Amino acid sequence: MSADLLFLKRRIINAVALLLSAAAALLGLFFLAWILWTTLSKGIAAFNVALFTQMTPPPGEAGGLANALFGSVMMCLLAVLIGTPIGIAAGTFVAEYANRHWVGATIRFVNDILLSAPSIVLGLFVYTLVVRPMGGFSGFAGVIALAFIVLPVVVRTTDDMLKLVPAQMREAALSLGIPQWKVTLQILYRAAAPGIVTGVLLALARISGETAPLLFTALNNQYWSADLSEPIASAPVVIFQYAMSPFEDWHALAWAGAFLITVFVLVLSLFARLVLLRKRVPND
Amino acid sequence: MQETLIAAAERRASRDARHDRRFRWMLAGAGVFVLLALGGAALSMLWGGREAFATFGLDFVTSATWDPIGQQFGAWVPIYGTLVTAAIAMLIAIPVSFGIALFLTEVAPTWLRTPIGTAIELLAGIPSIIYGMWGLFVFVPMLAEHVYPWVDANLGQWPLIGSLFAGPPLGIGTLTAGLVLAIMVVPFISSVMRDVFLTVPTRLKESAYALGSTRWEVVWDVVLPYTRSAVIGGIFLGLGRALGETMAVTFVLGNAHELSTSLLMPGNSIAATIANEFAEADTDLYRSSLIALGFLLFVVTFIVLALAKLMLRQLAKREGR
Repeated sequence: MSADLLFLKRRIINAVALLLSAAAALLGLFFLAWILWTTLSKGIAAFNVALFTQMTPPPGEAGGLANALFGSVMMCLLAVLIGTPIGIAAGTFVAEYANRHWVGATIRFVNDILLSAPSIVLGLFVYTLVVRPMGGFSGFAGVIALAFIVLPVVVRTTDDMLKLVPAQMREAALSLGIPQWKVTLQILYRAAAPGIVTGVLLALARISGETAPLLFTALNNQYWSADLSEPIASAPVVIFQYAMSPFEDWHALAWAGAFLITVFVLVLSLFARLVLLRKRVPND
Repeated sequence: MQETLIAAAERRASRDARHDRRFRWMLAGAGVFVLLALGGAALSMLWGGREAFATFGLDFVTSATWDPIGQQFGAWVPIYGTLVTAAIAMLIAIPVSFGIALFLTEVAPTWLRTPIGTAIELLAGIPSIIYGMWGLFVFVPMLAEHVYPWVDANLGQWPLIGSLFAGPPLGIGTLTAGLVLAIMVVPFISSVMRDVFLTVPTRLKESAYALGSTRWEVVWDVVLPYTRSAVIGGIFLGLGRALGETMAVTFVLGNAHELSTSLLMPGNSIAATIANEFAEADTDLYRSSLIALGFLLFVVTFIVLALAKLMLRQLAKREGR
């Protein structure tokens, strides 16, 4: 009898635990759906063509986000252009030259810390590094701050992806007398390319919504500006400013901007996964 | 003829060697750049905050007076806010993440695992400013209207912990920030936990099942002990994120520099203080104090993340990776 009771108790505990785990997953999905629904419904309600054609308005006037979107696109692309080559180079060094060496281990460790370090800290770093010596906020400083966020993501994915390339491929190429730099550039990179592209896309997705490091590097600009030595508007900073304001029409613009960024980030992350998936299937 | 061929081959070999050296140095330079980036970040903030540290000394950390007009800067309120919001977030996020990881590895039917896993990971990719806006415009009114009045009337009456939950239902405040942070870190912790749960050898689990264990017993007595260090690593990773999260917290925390026992009252955090006040900081001492705050945040997150890495590496070592 007591054995039966014990068995019953174990089964009840099991059922409760499994039920709770399903509830936890539901809870996660519920908040995902809630947040997405809010962004989509409020964003679509505020969506119109003027977003792309008009400048950010003063309160009470109609306007769009053209200068902010332009600033974001420009700064993000430049940051990727700067961060990616350095990241690929450092990732290659760790995977191909310093693997299983304390130097490689140290760079890996530091890079992982950099990867999860609060972005606001990187913003402060770039402030003391660029803004203060140059004597003012500038789009250039914003680009550097974003590039510091791109860098660790690319280092990590390059490192991971090069480690997946079979050693036979290197050995076969080297045995033909091909110098190592050529092996790396023309063979290893080709094999690892989909993974590295995925990393770059994920990095782009990450910086396109970054706000904190831009607050005191690129600052903000009410007008159209493509001059990197001047403060430049960016979508996240404008969203922050508008959402924290008491004005209804600014709130609507903020939601429209939030909608654009969210859609961009989600599409980009899904696309990045597809790139990796498509390549993997024939390889396996 | 033969000599020229040999000479050409030698020339080529030496050219290749030269290029290889150059290539190697270039890559090594990029690697060193990564090291310099982190070191530079730490040093530049220590340098930028030197004025604040020199002026206030230890008071900078222990004093709760943050007075830009009187030029008195003590960071206890933001430090306290950072720690409390992160603690609330972890209290909620750890069990929920564990539940999700358990669901994704042991409970859900196989066809459901990938889509739900991807959905949870997408939650991690949403920019934090979106969480902040959602928090401010949707979550805060909901809490203020439906949840906090009840919390104040019921939990607020409890002995000992009652004062934590008593207060006007403003909606914004420490507890709300903790809740939003919890939503934000759950995807991170649960995806680490899922990944490490998947590394448990099937033999171990099947042995336990063969002895008549229930699924829960397998997870609690086999999977969890096997992955313990990596699970703690994942939790620390989430904690590092919760401590440094800026935008979401800035929206819902209320930016108040007063110490309050109630979690329903507005508060502040290190990152929110920097985000709110940096552009307005008009004196060197003010700016230096904010950078010094950034330095403190950096040191704390560095320690937390370093511990996370070490813990995660323990499992990887056992795996022979």
